[in-house]
Amino acid sequence: MTLRQKSLTYAVVVPFAILLAFPFYFALVTMFKTNLDLADVEHSPYLYNDLEGGFHWDFWNYATTEHVRFLFEDTNYPKWLLNTLLVGAAVVGITLLLAMPAGYALARLAGGWGQTAGVGIFLVYLVPPTLLFLPLSRLITQLDLKDSLWSLILIYPSFTVPFATWLLMGFFKTIPQELEDAALVDGASRLKALYLIILPISLPGILTVVIFAFSLCVNEFIYAFTFISSSEQRTVSAGIPNDLIRGDVFFWQSLMAATLIPAIPLALLYNAFLDRFIKGFTGGAFR
Amino acid sequence: MVLVVGVPFAWAVYLSFTDAIGGSLTGNWVGFDNFTNAWKDDNFRRALRNTLIFTFASQAIVLVGAAVLSNFLVRDFRGKWFIRFLVVLPWAAPVVLSTIAWLWLLDSLYSVVNWSLARLHLDNGLVWLLSAVNLEEDAQVPLQWLGRPNLALIAVTLVHAWRILPFAVVIFIAGRASIPTEVEDAARIDGATGVKKLWYVDIPLQLPIALVAVLFGIVFTAVDFAVVYLLTRGGPFNSTQVLPTWAYAIGIDGGSLGEGAAISLFLFPLLVVVSVAMLFFARRAQVS
Repeated sequence: MTLRQKSLTYAVVVPFAILLAFPFYFALVTMFKTNLDLADVEHSPYLYNDLEGGFHWDFWNYATTEHVRFLFEDTNYPKWLLNTLLVGAAVVGITLLLAMPAGYALARLAGGWGQTAGVGIFLVYLVPPTLLFLPLSRLITQLDLKDSLWSLILIYPSFTVPFATWLLMGFFKTIPQELEDAALVDGASRLKALYLIILPISLPGILTVVIFAFSLCVNEFIYAFTFISSSEQRTVSAGIPNDLIRGDVFFWQSLMAATLIPAIPLALLYNAFLDRFIKGFTGGAFR
Repeated sequence: MVLVVGVPFAWAVYLSFTDAIGGSLTGNWVGFDNFTNAWKDDNFRRALRNTLIFTFASQAIVLVGAAVLSNFLVRDFRGKWFIRFLVVLPWAAPVVLSTIAWLWLLDSLYSVVNWSLARLHLDNGLVWLLSAVNLEEDAQVPLQWLGRPNLALIAVTLVHAWRILPFAVVIFIAGRASIPTEVEDAARIDGATGVKKLWYVDIPLQLPIALVAVLFGIVFTAVDFAVVYLLTRGGPFNSTQVLPTWAYAIGIDGGSLGEGAAISLFLFPLLVVVSVAMLFFARRAQVS
């Protein structure tokens, strides 16, 4: 690349990156602000200031961790993180159990029927929670699962399974049939071939599904919000807007900390698995 | 799958024809009353209009942004990994959490957006512009991004665009990768450069996958509940209600389960059209 091309690339890419990442940078600054600094509208919101609004290079002396501590010690936040992890893990487990055989079968079903079924499953993924939550919330009440994490564990697979099946179908399609045939010829049973040959090769794909299905669970808002009303049982997505915002009182620093803490590890995981995700996602549709 | 999606869906359809109220799973058959009642309500029409505005305006921004950004993001440059990390952040972060960050960015008193505009001496200019194009008659500094009907429409649209853009970029990059390099070479040998190459080679080849990305974006935006609910609760004065939040307001808060179900069903035709279009273009992409 010539120097001109290079500078043009940076001139486009860097402003986009700044614009897209800005809310997160700003959340990071806010979470360590002192109340007095935050409340003064004359103070620069980008920096940590002294009482007069001045900036010092030893800015950490003008910041505080008390709001992060408040979040972990005086709210149910740690409990929500735990709940989210529990629900996520259980749902991912169920999802893999159901989606792996389904995805594999669809990938190997040659011709029109497999294609049609795959498309059908994909369409199911498009039926959104906003259409389903009204009847489902009544169902949960009838099953006496209201306020229980089990309600989420029961319902979340409705959107993770179609999604995971679609992704896995894409991954399995990339594995040549010959590999499996060779194992069969060598005397392995179909199941054994599946476990010893296919599974190890598709492990990266399966990991990708784990991460994206998990993140779908963390993202989910409307079910978590309607099914669960006790603070103790909430997940992160439903707990933060409900319990950390009280009427007009916002605990901004704690809110920003609560926002950023789950977002960063998820974004790192996303980034690491992005290329594989692209492969699986388009592998289903564009192959 | 049939059990967890099919049954509730059928149920939603059934409920929409009944007068079921909160707490019950059944009601009396009332035919299309819920649909006609919903349709007659001005708030419903506004919710429908807003759903369409948010969806199509944000996707227009996304389409342009993603086309430009993906073009440059496929090149090799120093710090690519980090730039890509920053770019996918809005999509990777749970939507509820990033929306709360926006709530803070657009706060009525402490908005960093307004603070920065004021320091750059752009705030009065923006106010003048808003009244000049008749968007906000009596806008004042500091701008109430979430407290004035039209500004709130703009704010929600931009947050949606911000949230979907990384996803579209990722899909665009995937689409680019699926175009064989021979095409690029052939175009060069035939002497296609610049605008000509863009018009005759790049755009036709990337169109199908671009449309798939946009159609996904449409679905993601049209069914979204969290962004509007958290940013504005549909306000001020129901001016930013969308179908999902309006269904919630009527069905859960208002207790009219039947009518709520009917309202959310108005989304379905849009989704069917979009899905069919998506499959059509996905198949086109397959051929090329």
